[in-house]
Amino acid sequence: MAHMTRRAFTKFVGATGVLGPLGVAGFPAIAGAAQGRVVVIGGGFGGATCAKYLRRANPRLSVTLVEKTAQFITCPFSNTVLGGLRTLKSLTYGYARLRDRHRVKVIQDTAQAIDPAAHRVKLQGGTTLSYDRLVVSPGIDFQWGAVPGYDEAASQRLPHAWKAGPQTLLLRRQLEAMANGGVVIIAAPADPFRCPPGPYERASLVAHYLKTHKPRSKVLILDAKEKFSKQGLFMSAWAEVYPGMIEWRASNAGGKVVRVDVKEMSLETDLGKEKGAVINFIPPQSAGQIALRAGLANDKGWCPVHQQTFESTMHKDIHVIGDACIAGKMPKSGFAANNQAKVCAAAVAALLQGKAPGEALLLNTCYSLIGPHYGITVAGVYRPSDEGLVEVPGSGGVSPSNAPAEFRKREAEYAAGWYASIVSDIFA
Amino acid sequence: MRQTFWTAVSVVVLGVLCLPGSSTAGEMNPAVLADHCAACHGTDGKSPGVIPSLRGKSSSYIVQYMKEFKTDERKGTVMNRLAKGLSDEQILAVAKRLAGE
Repeated sequence: MAHMTRRAFTKFVGATGVLGPLGVAGFPAIAGAAQGRVVVIGGGFGGATCAKYLRRANPRLSVTLVEKTAQFITCPFSNTVLGGLRTLKSLTYGYARLRDRHRVKVIQDTAQAIDPAAHRVKLQGGTTLSYDRLVVSPGIDFQWGAVPGYDEAASQRLPHAWKAGPQTLLLRRQLEAMANGGVVIIAAPADPFRCPPGPYERASLVAHYLKTHKPRSKVLILDAKEKFSKQGLFMSAWAEVYPGMIEWRASNAGGKVVRVDVKEMSLETDLGKEKGAVINFIPPQSAGQIALRAGLANDKGWCPVHQQTFESTMHKDIHVIGDACIAGKMPKSGFAANNQAKVCAAAVAALLQGKAPGEALLLNTCYSLIGPHYGITVAGVYRPSDEGLVEVPGSGGVSPSNAPAEFRKREAEYAAGWYASIVSDIFA
Repeated sequence: MRQTFWTAVSVVVLGVLCLPGSSTAGEMNPAVLADHCAACHGTDGKSPGVIPSLRGKSSSYIVQYMKEFKTDERKGTVMNRLAKGLSDEQILAVAKRLAGE
């Protein structure tokens, strides 16, 4: 409540008919104690990390996190649900620790509009929040209709499952209901999109499920790209673990989907139609809606930011982190969002105290599972440059191509270790 | 293809590094860099899973490991690739921070 303007506060009290024991008189005293008011929009890997680390950077900051769901389901590791390795419940987290341990004010609501000049955020529920600095971490939204035939209604028949939750369960149920011998099509979008290795990890874990339950079935990947993340490692792993089960088609080889036919359960490409028993269509994406509405995105739908602080180049005092922002060569990953959140939190805390933000260095590691005991990674260390964030020369890269099974097993174990660590770093 | 890509990136990076004044911010905050480790090693180095904890390790222990990863004397998984992106000064600063020294 310390975040509200007096007018908004009065309006809020008036609207709800609730008046705290302190009444209006108590409000300025609370606000005066804080060394700055930061509002964070979005409680995912970027936003929730940022809220926690803002409070760690300066316990006298007033930090409010706006998140529409009470329970967050992580996209990372949601492919394991499709493969039958984990339950969705095991990927679900609440905000109690952020609220009780880190003293972040958590508001369950959706940001509807941002007024950059007035430094205010309006929520769907009617509340207005004032900020000194705003962090926007809305993740992605889908460009419905960008591929003719695929809109939100179509996603109920051909799930995208690119935001974890009911869509993940829908796709899992379809895989379970499919007859042995069916073709599962995964349509992957062009760059940039959330989780570059995700579609190929998904193909792997779907194949893992099919191999053990419906061995005559196949996975066909129709790709809007000519190449993909960790391609060499994925393709040699498929030949080794799932021989003949996974086919990948590049954009120029009939991979690019130009039309979706929901009734027919088919995808039309330049070279003809492909029918699937189950179709997972991953549509083109943009920064989350609130970022577009607030004028934080460029004409391609992503948000340009200063690479040292993640402050928007479009609006002052607003920072954009995670999948929504343009972070040079960094991939749109949960790990990247978590690291960007920490750089952003430190920069925001410094700037609110009139100090210069430190030089940024960021890390990323993307784990992908081929199967329960077969993991591969791509890692990178990134520094700001005039070309945006670029990899430090000589660092990073993918797992060795000739690694023994023991190495793959260790990377699969570390994938689970990474997941346990990062969710506790965010939500605990 | 991947190699060509990274070679291209390296060329760009080297080009940028040679430009004067390409660094626009102040000194690196070792706390932030140390916090990055939390993504795999847990907040404050306390790992809840199978990845080794860094909590309770001395800075000299962490520096030794990181340098061995950097030179490939020690075979890790991703750490060899990540350690190569950090300067010796950064490694020391992060290690001291993680060790609370």
